[in-house]
Amino acid sequence: MSDFTNNFWNLYIVVLTTLGVLGCAVLLYSQSKYKVARHNGPVGTTGHVWDEDLTELNTPMPRWWMWMFYLTIVFGIAYLFLYPGLGSYAGKLGWNSAKEYKAELARAESEYGPLFEKYRRQDLKAVAADAQAHAIGERLFLTYCAQCHGSDARGNKGFPNLTDKDWLHGGAPETIKQTIMNGRHGVMPPMGAALGSDKDIENVAHYVLSLSGSAASDPIKSVFGKSKFGACMACHGAGGIGNQALGAPNLSDKTWLYGGSAETIMETIRKGRDNTMPAFGDFLGESKVHVLSAYVWSLSNESR
Amino acid sequence: MNSPEPQVIRMYEARQEIYPREARGRYASLRWLCVWLTQLTFYGLPWLTWNGRQAVLFDLVTRKFYLFGLVLWPQDFIYLAALLIVCAWLLFLVTAIAGRVWCGFSCPQTVYTEIFLWIERKIEGPRSARMAMAKQGPSLKKYSKKTAKHLAWGVVALWTGFTFVGYFTPIKLLGAATFTLAFGPWEWFWVLFYALATYGNAGWLREQVCKYMCPYARFQSSMFDRDTLIVTYDGKRGEPRGKVAKNTGKSINGGSCIDCTMCVQVCPTGIDIRNGLQYECIGCAACVDACDSVMDKVNQPRGLIRYSTDRAVVDGMTVHDIRRHAMRPRVLIYCAGLLLVVLAVASSLALRTPLKMDVIRDRGSMGREVDGGAIENVYRLQIMNTSERGHRYRIAARGLPGLALATADEVTLEGTETRAVPIRLRAPHGAGQTGSNKITVQLTALDDPALTVSETAVFIVPR
Ligand code: SF4
Ligand code: SF4
Repeated sequence: MSDFTNNFWNLYIVVLTTLGVLGCAVLLYSQSKYKVARHNGPVGTTGHVWDEDLTELNTPMPRWWMWMFYLTIVFGIAYLFLYPGLGSYAGKLGWNSAKEYKAELARAESEYGPLFEKYRRQDLKAVAADAQAHAIGERLFLTYCAQCHGSDARGNKGFPNLTDKDWLHGGAPETIKQTIMNGRHGVMPPMGAALGSDKDIENVAHYVLSLSGSAASDPIKSVFGKSKFGACMACHGAGGIGNQALGAPNLSDKTWLYGGSAETIMETIRKGRDNTMPAFGDFLGESKVHVLSAYVWSLSNESR
Repeated sequence: MNSPEPQVIRMYEARQEIYPREARGRYASLRWLCVWLTQLTFYGLPWLTWNGRQAVLFDLVTRKFYLFGLVLWPQDFIYLAALLIVCAWLLFLVTAIAGRVWCGFSCPQTVYTEIFLWIERKIEGPRSARMAMAKQGPSLKKYSKKTAKHLAWGVVALWTGFTFVGYFTPIKLLGAATFTLAFGPWEWFWVLFYALATYGNAGWLREQVCKYMCPYARFQSSMFDRDTLIVTYDGKRGEPRGKVAKNTGKSINGGSCIDCTMCVQVCPTGIDIRNGLQYECIGCAACVDACDSVMDKVNQPRGLIRYSTDRAVVDGMTVHDIRRHAMRPRVLIYCAGLLLVVLAVASSLALRTPLKMDVIRDRGSMGREVDGGAIENVYRLQIMNTSERGHRYRIAARGLPGLALATADEVTLEGTETRAVPIRLRAPHGAGQTGSNKITVQLTALDDPALTVSETAVFIVPR
């Protein structure tokens, strides 16, 4: 593993580092004792004379201090041998931060794993009723899910509200777990061409609005739209009640993922929608998802 | 110049062993008092209990510092800085007035050296015996004494390391773990490291720490002036020194100093104070004690070596004059600074609310419209109950007409619990202007209205 694109920089660092370490040793050795000219009697000074007659007294450090300096050099060499530092040399211990991160994860896993494991073996509804699991689930939700579904789980345009009884793929605890584990991909194909003209699209949109009894629905347009709705039935069913096996939304309730105005519905019909819920199974692991699923289920099933 | 013969000089030399003689007298007693006070505090404090937990505990894992009734959180880090500032000012003040008394009496290096020297004396005997033993060749007696000494030092050092770690890990659990040696890796490291540091510093390095390593010693001189108390030898009175003359008690040469070198023998840094103030002098006054007892013996007044100031010695001032000179501008400035910081810390500690809250608006959504055209915004309240008691709190929001919580407006937190609480705020249709509106979220403990924090936030009304 090398981050260098050519060997020059590798060598450059190796040479500079080695010279630096050796240089320190040589400097230390050469400066620990040296010869000065003796003028009159024994020399008590370092031999430096400046401003004509100022001399520096020799007040030496203790010798162990020098040995400490040498020790730092030995330490430096040992360090460079054990750890990465010399160019692309990986070090005898093979240390790197990715490994350290993994070790930290493993440590956390071994610490909290048993707790999650305990819950994993319980029924989802039982987990949902557990206060501690609920608190853990809430924290997991705030960390991993709140970005899209909101801190209060009520969703956003394009991101489903998780606190109501309306589920695209089904709201049974196991189904929710399935959704979090494997993710979902909801596709509404563009139907503009299949339906015909802009007029037709508008009519269908008004028919769709009428399904949920919306006051915004124009009765005449709605009648014309109904005849064209056949193209939608394959997924949304005859009465527009949706199909959770396909993830096709129920159009007869007042819940709208992208908004319930005629304009928005027309846009949906014309361009289609493509919606992805990412899979969290690999990332969080099943036992965490288990607790999380129980929490999400409890949001719309206030059993507590 | 006749051809000078070059000579090798060494920049490093072997350390001269110092065998300080035991000093007895008022300053030695004072130092022992300091040793007792500081060490009873250090060794005793972690064993105290408060509120069913260790009274003083720096819990690094949960990042909470317990100091009797006070619990400090990472957000209170400023108090650590304040504490350091107070210590610094205090040290400056004391140094400006009385020189290196900190060094000579309460610095851990001095205190532990004192304890270690005491052990050394108990096992190897007084200075003369130790010096004689150093000259002897190897013998069983010598080595058994040395071994005993190092073992005793080791025990004290290990106990010190253990106590040190006891400030960070509950010491009673640590004590229980000692029997099985079931320390964690970091506990091992710090117990041994701190023990080794104590053993090395107080047993081997001693005055070298003060001379070569201590950074404080290096810049103390900037706090000294001519009115700072220092340990001085009164040369005018002492010189010319010489052997004691039987009749007068003074030296045969007429000065007060009888050249007994007691002051040199007791000096822990191995200097001769009669050569004047030197940077090695830690102001421990051991030489004062020594010379005083000599003066007593030869029936001369005490104080040939004494605490005095440079100005007093040169200008011949009385004790009263020295006191009068103590309050000089730099001392007053140090006092004022110290007082200011202490007051600021004390009042801020007293006014501190043991409750903290951050209001974080959900980024994912702007305002959303709900039934009846009301607007909802979602927030996450990061609530920290920094007290040790659990509380039930009421959440309230204001700043827009009709602004109210759409979620539960009460929340319970256990003692020292931190929680993220999602809330929804709802404003009726038409309240506020399009865009962001300033609002305030307030948290109040139901059982103690004084326990209130409020935070500003924005409420977004979409177009
Ligand atoms: S000279 Fe006196 S005061 Fe200074 S270190 Fe030596 S004994 Fe202590
Ligand atoms: S102890 Fe006092 S009398 Fe003895 S040598 Fe020192 S200064 Fe002189």
